[in-house]
Amino acid sequence: MSEPMASVHVVVPPVSLRRRVTDHAMTAVAVSTVVIVLAPLIAIFGYLLYRGIGSINWAFLTQTPKPVGEAGGGMANAIVGSVFILAIASIIGVPFGVGAGIYLAEFGRNRFGSAIRFTADVLNGVPSIVVGIVAYAIVVLYQKHFSALAGGVALALMMVPTICRTTEEMLLLVPQALREAAYGLGIPRWRTTLSIVLRTATSGVITGIMLAFARVAGETAPLLFTAFGNQFWNLRYNEPTAALPLQIFVYAISPYDEWHRQAWAGALVLIILIVTAVAAVRYVVRRGTFGAA
Amino acid sequence: MTVQAAPLQKKSSGELPDRVFRSAITACGLSVLALLVLIVYELMSRSSLSWHAFGFKFFATSDWDPVNEQFGALPFIFGTLVSSLVALIIAVPLSIGVAVFTTEMCPKVLRGPLSFFVELLAAIPSVIYGLWAIFVLVPLLSNYVEPFLGKTLGWTGIFVGPAYGIGMLAAGIILAIMIVPIISSITREVLMVVPQNQREGVLALGATRWEMIRVGVLRNARAGIAGGIILGLGRALGETMAVTMVIGNRPEIAKSLFAPGYTMASVLANEFSEATGDTYLSALIEIGLALFLVTIIVNALAQLLVWTVTRGQPARGHV
Repeated sequence: MSEPMASVHVVVPPVSLRRRVTDHAMTAVAVSTVVIVLAPLIAIFGYLLYRGIGSINWAFLTQTPKPVGEAGGGMANAIVGSVFILAIASIIGVPFGVGAGIYLAEFGRNRFGSAIRFTADVLNGVPSIVVGIVAYAIVVLYQKHFSALAGGVALALMMVPTICRTTEEMLLLVPQALREAAYGLGIPRWRTTLSIVLRTATSGVITGIMLAFARVAGETAPLLFTAFGNQFWNLRYNEPTAALPLQIFVYAISPYDEWHRQAWAGALVLIILIVTAVAAVRYVVRRGTFGAA
Repeated sequence: MTVQAAPLQKKSSGELPDRVFRSAITACGLSVLALLVLIVYELMSRSSLSWHAFGFKFFATSDWDPVNEQFGALPFIFGTLVSSLVALIIAVPLSIGVAVFTTEMCPKVLRGPLSFFVELLAAIPSVIYGLWAIFVLVPLLSNYVEPFLGKTLGWTGIFVGPAYGIGMLAAGIILAIMIVPIISSITREVLMVVPQNQREGVLALGATRWEMIRVGVLRNARAGIAGGIILGLGRALGETMAVTMVIGNRPEIAKSLFAPGYTMASVLANEFSEATGDTYLSALIEIGLALFLVTIIVNALAQLLVWTVTRGQPARGHV
């Protein structure tokens, strides 16, 4: 290369054996990390299907738990209880979460907005059991007993920061020109935000809500001392209520084979509920609106 | 053709609803801040009884005796730290390996499915990890892994004692499985932000692919990867159910990883709803407060590190 114009061939020195071996070795290491990480995933799903399918039956889906020692019974009350608690959580959590997300996207380009953004990200990392303590303090201590409402509040507290951030992201995807066009037509700001920006981003916002929903649906820790669990049917907001994750936990750590079997069946039902809820809403949303996301 | 402009007075009639809307939406935004204040206030006011009774000694003594109302949180702090540390030691190399493979090495077709599968791990509820750990991981540990470790590494003193399966090691391993998706997805995001010409530049200097990754990619992404690791740590510290199900729940400080332990989150899970007496409850809430403060600090630190690399995008490992 030192003689100008003399040669157009650039001589690349051969890569030393040691460097080539290192290169291949590191590739092998990276591949093996992937294998090691995927192995438990396959093991968990495989074992869940294997134990779960063998244990699910009609009684499991339609009956309440039998006393210890008696075979049979099921988790019907826990399945319904979970849906009930999640409905309470969504009614409380979704409006606040979406509202906060709208604030961040439409009015939050300032320091105050950054503070909220940062707080929401940090709140996302608060251990769920701590959220459970807060729900215990603000609901259970006033009602004087455990309740479905307390469980719902605990899960709602967890949903707000997550929904807030995903809503913001989705609203920011809506082109600025759409807002300007609306203002140009003389449409007031609130109308623009709700009927144009939010409407355009509906499918994305709902996807975010479903992600938050799926995340709290499997939560056990915040329900331990809020919803508490119940052996019987309950659909009153101020009574202790069974929940699927709670029931799985109680049965899993019990010494009875029959209960272990039901814990696996419950786990399979829980996973299926989470996956179908997310898939169903995604499907409906994609068909119903002109999707933005 | 003349165009008649709409009368302008219409605009003023829109002002009141606009103001109402704006305050309602601002209130929602404020609710996020209020939530943080609420958490801090409730935890602090309800733990004051224990704080006044034990002071700093609470975090330095290891008596946990509800009957005589003596409370020291040291065994729980120890258990939380050790189980999280074990989890990090296992999870960090694996997560970085997976992230490097997906961004730098794997064929484009595999990239999507691979990250999907890894993120699927993040969607499994904690209680199902615990269930699997009880019936699959623990027997595996007690029958094969722990006897083997005891024989080969027993001299270190941290792999000794009877191989119950249940204990600190099981908790660390299940935590590792749970935090790999968080660390690896953030590492992947950070690696993808590294400009392409960094890679091309290093390759043009004659580097092999691994040298390119080491010098051109990993070194540039250090801060962000550290953020991801700390975020994973935050998750491990607060993880409750899976750990409670396999750690053994005994408030002891043991050197061996085979021995049972207890964590701050698990003692809350096990004893909170049965806590009789104000001091007992207050002591448990104080553990909750300590756990909250530690995870808040850890998470804030992680967010800052990730923000500096990805410029304001949230760290999304937990969604």
